[in-house]
Amino acid sequence: MNPALAHVESRTWRRFTPRQRLARFSVYLTLVVAIVLSARTVEVIPEFLYDAPEQMRDLLERMWPISWSHYPKGVHDALVETLHIATLGTLFALVMALPVGLMAANNVVPNRLVNYLAKLVLVSSRSVNSLVWALLFVAVFGPGALAGTLAIAFRSVGFVGKLFGEALEESNRGTIEALEATGAPWSSRLAWGYWPQVKPAFWSIALFRWDINVRESAVLGLVGAGGIGMALDTALNLFQWDRVAMVLFSIFSVVVVAEIIVTQIRRKIL
Amino acid sequence: MIEPVTRAPQRRHAFPPNWWARIGWLVLAAYVAYALGRLDFSWDRFVTGLDNGARFIGRMLPPRIAQPDSLAKGLIESLEIAILASSMGILLSLPIGLFAARNLMPVWATWPARAIIAAARSFHPVIVAIIFVKAVGFGALAGICALVVASIGFIGKLFAEAIEEISLKQVEAVRATGASFMNVILFGVLPQVFGRFIGFATYQLDSNLRNSTMVGIVGAGGIGGTLFSAFQRFDYDFVAAILLSIIAMIMVGEVLATWVRGVFLEKGKVDEE
Repeated sequence: MNPALAHVESRTWRRFTPRQRLARFSVYLTLVVAIVLSARTVEVIPEFLYDAPEQMRDLLERMWPISWSHYPKGVHDALVETLHIATLGTLFALVMALPVGLMAANNVVPNRLVNYLAKLVLVSSRSVNSLVWALLFVAVFGPGALAGTLAIAFRSVGFVGKLFGEALEESNRGTIEALEATGAPWSSRLAWGYWPQVKPAFWSIALFRWDINVRESAVLGLVGAGGIGMALDTALNLFQWDRVAMVLFSIFSVVVVAEIIVTQIRRKIL
Repeated sequence: MIEPVTRAPQRRHAFPPNWWARIGWLVLAAYVAYALGRLDFSWDRFVTGLDNGARFIGRMLPPRIAQPDSLAKGLIESLEIAILASSMGILLSLPIGLFAARNLMPVWATWPARAIIAAARSFHPVIVAIIFVKAVGFGALAGICALVVASIGFIGKLFAEAIEEISLKQVEAVRATGASFMNVILFGVLPQVFGRFIGFATYQLDSNLRNSTMVGIVGAGGIGGTLFSAFQRFDYDFVAAILLSIIAMIMVGEVLATWVRGVFLEKGKVDEE
């Protein structure tokens, strides 16, 4: 063997640097430790688990037959209200997210402080769960659909604003520069430079969020913020499981229909 | 003979009016007016609301940790629920997602797997938690089960989609060596989706952490129960303290998730959601 190549032969190829390997190893280790610690300390009463199948059977027996007759007087209005909450909430969120998203995009508003403030607004909107928003608005405006709509709107602003801001930041600089060169004012640059570029992304985000909001608005009633959740809560508190089954079935149908609608619209317009 | 031009050619407008879009906006405006009417939103209510809101914020400040024990216990329990539910949910969703991938599996395998995923996705975790509270009683176990279901729905779907987008050439190459089915999966499929899988997994851990603070509202363990009872007792200053600690925990979780993504994914490929 060529002695000059000896040291090359002895060197083994490794995919990752020692630092990368250490980082990966520490992630795995932390993961295992976290799972073991959680499994050992979490308060689970095993006795409850033994009769779970029996409880489940009992539950299904109580749910069957589904109380279809409950739909016209107890479910329909609440279901329609849920859809209104989800749709109006999404629309409010879009209206609020437009300016905040614009302010968060550095290429639209080249001011670090404004970007930072807008991002703070978006992060705080997202880090509060919609149920918590609902609790807060119930405390302020009283129980009802208004609290639910505002909860959905305030939770969605962060989501829509973040994705909209990111879409804006990815838009093509050339179009904007061309408009700038013609002396177009700021508003025209927004309307004819940025908007056509981010329009598909914007509507796609809006549809995506509406789909999520239909699911989320179904639970807001549990804390008194209107919609189908109120009907669910009443039926649960009275242990009327056949009515619970009816409510769950209607939520399921609405969610499936919403998903089909979103997929169809997306295929058509995007 | 040349026809004399009687009419100047119509100038094309750079931005022709889009009548369909205008009609769409009108319909939307009509809907908003109608739906707002159903919310029975009045100026009086708004003013009282603002008044209430001011008083509410006044009572929230300064945040006060009324029961440090139950706060700490609730937060730790939420964390435990999130960790256990994510690990079990991810483990379970791997085979389900694999079975749901239409490019690798026959129809009889994809159908049931897709049905499981669709069923798991259709209900909000809090509603699933209600069912599990009935099945396994109050406490953390119900929360864990509910979030396992949520994880299966989310990761199963995305994992199946990721597998459907892989390049089949590598799979064929591995298959051509005479590899068994398991080896095809291990060496032909998994390496192609590992990066995206890390992204989904960290996102799901993050999402489970958020939801584990909420399932307590229906009695499924975690800080949510403490939060809800503080609300019902009008202990708004304690509510503020709980909310702040939840937000702090979620933000730490988000930072950790981003870091983990950075460890496993090459720079510049860190995609969110």
